[in-house]
Amino acid sequence: MIELDAVGKTYPGAAAPAVTSLDLVVTTGEIVALVGPSGCGKTTTLKMINRLIEPSRGTIRVAGRDIGSVPGPELRRGIGYVIQHTGLFPHRTIAENIATVPRMLGWERGTIARRIGELVELMGLDPAIGTRYPAELSGGQRQRVGVARALAADPPVLLMDEPFGAVDPILRSRLQDELLALQRRLHKTIVLVTHDIDEAIKVADRVAILNIGGVLEQYAPPGELLRAPANAFVEDFLGADRGIKRLSLIRIAEVPLEAGPVVAPGAGAAEVAEAMRRYGVDWFGVVSGSDLLGWAWGSEAPSGAGGVALRPFEVRLQGADTLRDALDTAITGRTLVAPVFDGERYLGMLTVDAISRQVIG
Amino acid sequence: MIARPFIDWGWIVDHLDEIRDRIGEHLALTAIALGIGLIIALVLALAGLRVPRALPPITWTAGVLYTIPSLALFAFLVPITGFTTLTAEIGLVSYTLLILIRSIVTGIQGIDPAVTEAARGMGYSPRRMLWEIELPLALPVIVAGVRLAAVTTVGLVTVTALIGLGGVGFFILRGLNRFFDTEIVLGTALSVMLAMILDAALVGIERVLTPWSRRRSAT
Repeated sequence: MIELDAVGKTYPGAAAPAVTSLDLVVTTGEIVALVGPSGCGKTTTLKMINRLIEPSRGTIRVAGRDIGSVPGPELRRGIGYVIQHTGLFPHRTIAENIATVPRMLGWERGTIARRIGELVELMGLDPAIGTRYPAELSGGQRQRVGVARALAADPPVLLMDEPFGAVDPILRSRLQDELLALQRRLHKTIVLVTHDIDEAIKVADRVAILNIGGVLEQYAPPGELLRAPANAFVEDFLGADRGIKRLSLIRIAEVPLEAGPVVAPGAGAAEVAEAMRRYGVDWFGVVSGSDLLGWAWGSEAPSGAGGVALRPFEVRLQGADTLRDALDTAITGRTLVAPVFDGERYLGMLTVDAISRQVIG
Repeated sequence: MIARPFIDWGWIVDHLDEIRDRIGEHLALTAIALGIGLIIALVLALAGLRVPRALPPITWTAGVLYTIPSLALFAFLVPITGFTTLTAEIGLVSYTLLILIRSIVTGIQGIDPAVTEAARGMGYSPRRMLWEIELPLALPVIVAGVRLAAVTTVGLVTVTALIGLGGVGFFILRGLNRFFDTEIVLGTALSVMLAMILDAALVGIERVLTPWSRRRSAT
């Protein structure tokens, strides 16, 4: 969908090029994150795709068409654009803001009104928001309106420049989740610039790691990047916690679970001892049907599980949670396991050993 | 010699028609000066914003014009353009330029860069951006400049009485020549009132044109 062919940019008066010569292909329907230290040319690269910055060298094709042959404003009306501080027009209402590109494209009034309604609903915004001005909205609402405005004319390509850079971490995480949910429905081709490697790993299908001067060090899916960094620069950029980051890419539902040292409510002393021995632990859990009742120390049950006071498992993980969540649960609980449920139904446990085996692979 | 009262109300009542005509003349001179001044300032300010190197000489020239004493300027112009409205307007327009150019430039430069970047990124052409984004957003600052220019111009119009115009300034000049306090007070009071009314009207116009700037709540 987007092809960069030996693209370079040298700013007038600059000693070294911002981007030397970059080849990059973004396929239809994928999210690609451009990451790298400041000065790596990631924003320059993004802005060359919609000609906010004119490339000095090379060609860029969007949907097969050389963008050099399309007038800048016309090109940009066909490409969604989202920036860090949203850039909503303060003198226009939310509805007018969203209608910006359709209005420039000369859509009919009724079509525009319908489209605004669709987008407000898609972004989970209150319909009453349409008549308000940007200054009356919260930061999260403004960011959602910014995305709605970029999507208004249904462009196949969306460019996002640090879209969640100016919001607090909790809201950022929620907006990232919303972007992923949105993408599952819309299948846009998205290029996103971020300085946050965790954000790139979380939202991108492929991550392009750029070095100073727009040198592409590695271009790979997050899992591959973390498993096999191409060189010392990439390794360094990914950080010392690569293993932990990999855990956040794996869903609990994707890995096998163990039954754990569990027994039935009426189990005798021998049965309890055997369950603990098998797992090499000094505690046991009690399961009744598909219900995990709780756990107790082996020393508290000299005559079997019957009548022993059980402690509850505080955290109940689900299949959609990641192994990073599981590890966190396991190392912060006294039993060193993470119990997994399907709704209320107990499925099994993950031990720290089992979690680490997924990374060592 | 009969002692005259400080203000001769009878004289005022007798001259209502003349007062009305002079107020009309005053407003017309002011409106023309502001209108032409605004057009020239807009062209120069936009040129200065487009070509940053041109901005310092533009504001410098406007600044020099602003510092010339009005009395001297009219005296200098009369041999060239005579006792005409043109002479008056050249002077009056000159004095609006510095304030108006500064306010337009400041207003547009003060726009959040994220807004203009987003506008460009969504496909606004420079011309469309000027009319739909930049000028509307700079409006509060521009109107503040227009208000200042308007009040200044209303006061300056009285000086053009020296070349036979002057609106209500005519009364001041004639009053001075005839030692007639009523006319001096009348001309001064009318000039002050006109300035205040015009300023209030501009505030009203700004409020109508910028509904968005008054509604702020959530952050």
